Amino acid sequence: MKLPPNTATTKNGACPVEEENSRAAKPIDGSRGLKDLMEHIMKALFLFCGLVAVGFVLVISVYLIISGLPAIREVGLIPFLFGTDWDPANKSGSPAYGILPMILTSIYGTAGAIVIGVPVGFLMAVFLSKVADRRLAAVIREVVDLLAGIPSVVYGLVGMMVLVPGIRVLFGLPAGDSLLAAVIVLAVMILPSIISVSETALDAVPREYEEASLALGATELETYFRVSAPAAKSGIAAAVVLGVGRAIGEAMAILMVAGNVANMPGLLKSVKFLTTAIAGEMSYAGGLHRQALFSIGLVLFLFIMLINAVLNLFLKKNGKEGN
Amino acid sequence: MNRESASLTQGLSARRRAYDIGMRALLYASAIIICALLLFLIGYILVRGIPHLSWEFLSSEESVIKNIEGILPALINTLYVVIATLIIVLPLGVGSAIYLTEYATNKKLVAAIEFATETLAGMPSIIFALVGVIVFCEFAGLGTSLLAGAFSLVMMTLPTIIRTTQESLKTVPQSYREGSLALGAGKWHMVRTVVLPSSVDGIVTGCILAVGRIVGESAVLMFTAGMGMRLAKYGHGLGEFFKNLFDSSGATLTVALYNYAKERADFESAFAVAVVLLVIAFIINIAAKLAGRKLKKH
Repeated sequence: MKLPPNTATTKNGACPVEEENSRAAKPIDGSRGLKDLMEHIMKALFLFCGLVAVGFVLVISVYLIISGLPAIREVGLIPFLFGTDWDPANKSGSPAYGILPMILTSIYGTAGAIVIGVPVGFLMAVFLSKVADRRLAAVIREVVDLLAGIPSVVYGLVGMMVLVPGIRVLFGLPAGDSLLAAVIVLAVMILPSIISVSETALDAVPREYEEASLALGATELETYFRVSAPAAKSGIAAAVVLGVGRAIGEAMAILMVAGNVANMPGLLKSVKFLTTAIAGEMSYAGGLHRQALFSIGLVLFLFIMLINAVLNLFLKKNGKEGN
Repeated sequence: MNRESASLTQGLSARRRAYDIGMRALLYASAIIICALLLFLIGYILVRGIPHLSWEFLSSEESVIKNIEGILPALINTLYVVIATLIIVLPLGVGSAIYLTEYATNKKLVAAIEFATETLAGMPSIIFALVGVIVFCEFAGLGTSLLAGAFSLVMMTLPTIIRTTQESLKTVPQSYREGSLALGAGKWHMVRTVVLPSSVDGIVTGCILAVGRIVGESAVLMFTAGMGMRLAKYGHGLGEFFKNLFDSSGATLTVALYNYAKERADFESAFAVAVVLLVIAFIINIAAKLAGRKLKKH
């Protein structure tokens, strides 16, 4: 719904008549020039507003690179990315700035959240889209939307009070703050987006596909899982990638349940994510430590850009299929 | 249809029948798990939080001497940040959407703006926090203040406003625009008198969604707007409102919750704040639904 024809009409005059009219009116109507000026000013203003988003992205990229590179240069790219020790506050000996534990924790944590969240969310989407009674589905949808609107610190709080003690008792650990707790919190937090995106994809499957499958003697369930789901697969893939983006970027909720020790990841170990390193240490870090946090931000930014690129690829493919 | 399929399954091989029953069981199981989880979440927060919630808790500043817990500063800070962010982001977002749907002719520029909007929408909040700290707190010299927090949130909420406004601009019939232009209106006049009034619902929806994100945000505000729990000097009048935005820093509701839970281990207060946040989330959900429904009617 862009409007090239309209712009053309204003630029060239709707027709020769208007042009003549305006030319004739000019000497008499002095406000015409003012009006034209106003048009130009407003157009420039709107253009400026449009460019603000581009400006923000540029500012974010430039500042993250500028403030993220010094620490990487000082520590060295390989020791920074693949060093297994993160100990910036070590005052006696030499501080260590290896972020491999956090990179791996972020990857494992996200993978865990996807492994738990996607199947449950996908099944829920099938349930809402195909099986559930329409009124029941509407109620559940409202509730899932509410789930999406709950702030992440609230998830963190409940995780802290329920999951962490639960894990401690269940596994007989001294403390329950662990990767497992973070994975469960993340899985719950990505559920709403997974459900709603895959439901949209499932709803968009042409009814004829399903009718044809049913007519050929497949049962309803066989139809949903062997016809509808494959037909909606790129939308479901988009849901998964969206979930990955959400999970890898979440900070506050998992800061409250993960324990925040930069161990190499283990399901029941206290761990530190890329995001929680920034969120947890930003308030007191100084010097090289602080710069290293910006470098972590840069690494996270690159991860996210990669995920966004993949997501766009799926969405584009989706749009083509829709057409 | 269910009964029919049940009779259909009679004639199936054992394997297919098992598949059918198993999958159906899985579907119901996941639905039940999610609903149970949600009811538990909400119920648990309410049960733990409501006993500690009182008028005094909502309306007073905490005081060690008087032994009072209170979240009035957090409520006011949240309100300030929401208002300040909306004041900045609304003109930018609406203007951007108008540019994209009404003015833009250069396809590459439109693609660039849309790419930027998508990138901002997918950016995790901790990145906004980092950039907010360097750009607004330090580079722009705002320090840790509510205004720096508001600016950082502008980056975060801009895509929401642009997207919803664009959606509603697209629903304005092309003939309205043509009619207005044919009557001799300039482009700006057309936008102001025909396009904008018809897209108010979309803008309102965008605002509601943006408020939801602002109220729920914590990482950004923790670093850009501060973590103080005291009541800053709040004056009357618009001038003082803006002056306070520059001067004061403080925790919003989410940051206050984090403070209570993580720094002070005062879980009663944390759950009470969680109840407040839950209620706000609920109201925002309903409001967004209503506004969205109105939008669809047009």
